[in-house]
Amino acid sequence: MTAIEEQGTSLWRDAWIKLCKNYLALLGLAIILLLCLVSLLTPWIAPYGYEEQNLLLGATPPSAAHWLGTDIFGRDMLTRIMYGGRVSLTVGFIATAVALVIGVLWGAIAGFVGGRVDAVMMRIVDIMYALPFMIFIVLLMVVFGRNILLLFLAIGAVEWLTMARIVRGQVMNLRKQEFVEAAYSLGLSQWTIIRRHIIPNTLGPVIVYTTLTIPSVMLLEAFLSFLGLGIQPPQSSWGLLINYGVETMEEYPWLLIFPGVTLSLTLFALNFLGDGLRDALDPRTSKDQ
Amino acid sequence: MLRFAFYRLLQAIPVLLIVISLTFFLVHSAPGGPFSADKAVPPEVIKALEAQYNLDQPLWQQYVSYLGDIVQGDFGPSFKYPGRNVSELIAAGLPATAELAFYAMLVALVIGVSAGVAAAMRPNTAQDYIPMSAAMIGICMPSFLLGPLLVLIFGIHLEWLPVSGWGDMPGDKILPAITLGTGYAAYIARLSRGGMLEVLSQDYIRTARAKGLSEPLVIAKHALRGGLIPVVAFLGPAFAGLLGGSFVVETIFQIPGLGRFYVQAAFNRDYTMILGTTVFFATLIIVFNLLSDMLAIWLNPKLRQQAQGKS
Repeated sequence: MTAIEEQGTSLWRDAWIKLCKNYLALLGLAIILLLCLVSLLTPWIAPYGYEEQNLLLGATPPSAAHWLGTDIFGRDMLTRIMYGGRVSLTVGFIATAVALVIGVLWGAIAGFVGGRVDAVMMRIVDIMYALPFMIFIVLLMVVFGRNILLLFLAIGAVEWLTMARIVRGQVMNLRKQEFVEAAYSLGLSQWTIIRRHIIPNTLGPVIVYTTLTIPSVMLLEAFLSFLGLGIQPPQSSWGLLINYGVETMEEYPWLLIFPGVTLSLTLFALNFLGDGLRDALDPRTSKDQ
Repeated sequence: MLRFAFYRLLQAIPVLLIVISLTFFLVHSAPGGPFSADKAVPPEVIKALEAQYNLDQPLWQQYVSYLGDIVQGDFGPSFKYPGRNVSELIAAGLPATAELAFYAMLVALVIGVSAGVAAAMRPNTAQDYIPMSAAMIGICMPSFLLGPLLVLIFGIHLEWLPVSGWGDMPGDKILPAITLGTGYAAYIARLSRGGMLEVLSQDYIRTARAKGLSEPLVIAKHALRGGLIPVVAFLGPAFAGLLGGSFVVETIFQIPGLGRFYVQAAFNRDYTMILGTTVFFATLIIVFNLLSDMLAIWLNPKLRQQAQGKS
């Protein structure tokens, strides 16, 4: 701690200290790290094999042998949720990465070049905002079959719009700041200015919005899988497990409740972390703006 | 104001055209036609069917004639339900969906605004934390999970409310409306809290308080109008979301509405039905975005002047 006082605090250290005081956000971070770890290790730590059935056993409520019970084919629910989580989290991260790349590039170019290019690029974003995207994704999944790669692309292609707007606003704003003008007048090259001043100062909002995009992407995937238009068996995701759970919820409510709780908990964790990061990284905006 | 509306309507035309073209070409590039059904149909029958639906013409010709039909409000015949028009099917499904969306919006606005305003009146107290934590739960609880859980609790376990249907039994509209409305209530609560907090720190509110107005009067007469602008601006996107949510809610509760028709059409590869409903949804969404923008401008004097200055 003494070192910090001597050096003064950088933006990042400041943010980290703030985040550490936000217990909910830290809890969110811990849950997400745990989930990622479990997903990575699933093939080794799952209590049963993915395709292991026990038709004689059938659906049983939670017990010592099956902590979260079994489904109508006698498949272990904990194992199913763990494997489903791999898919749900992968979709969440990859589709967000797609949105991140498109959004940041688009927004940065529009904001940095400015003028007519900016006007045209942002007009395109405006038009795309007006398109009914939920419907388009459903359409894409119908037309091209329910392909997981396409799902990444389709969801990513929808979610980049807000990212582009945020990055553009930030870049435009930065370009007018005095320290950037000072850098220009010192004769620094364009690339150096981008690397040293623009990118580090845009990173905060981008990280925050990325964290908040992941849950909305996961929700979209679960929504599609629930309708039967997303992930297809034999693959599994939380949305699909909830879909199955609904079909038999009268007799076997745990088949609905456990995947549902898992999904909600994950969304909670990501949202709390996102809100915490926003409060930590950008003191000017509160979580309600 | 009128000129602003006109300007925005003009902008909506290219958007609609893009929607129609994208949907049209996407749907027509789909592998597997609507007639590649379960049974092997003789090729001459398929030929005859294709001729009947103009599918034998070149694509651009179909496109042009489709555009012409849409302008006249004709979405063409349904592939799946022979002898019925897509327009008829839309007309059949619309009332239930509109009613559902209306009730859901009512739930969202009443719960959301009162929770948000209550939270903003005493920030960082229990009156703030409790509704805002509830809002977080509402956001993280998707409708396809909330709906079945509500059915499980109130329909099956307690047997208070019917588990499905629409207008067949008293009270069967309550669960669908709550299922669809809750998520939006949560967003609206956060938006109205933020908006109200900002407005309540303004000078004119201090003036109103200094005049000796009671706090409820300050809120009702002075703060609400400005504080709810973010909520009003959110109504357009919320409406688009409600339509999407109606897919799920109508499927869960077996409501004969547009959303369920759309999902069924997607499974059945009912080309014209998908096309028609997409265009219809897009038009609705654009109109509602326009309305909510105009309402937000009308409520905000600064924006009002800008809009007048622009036109």
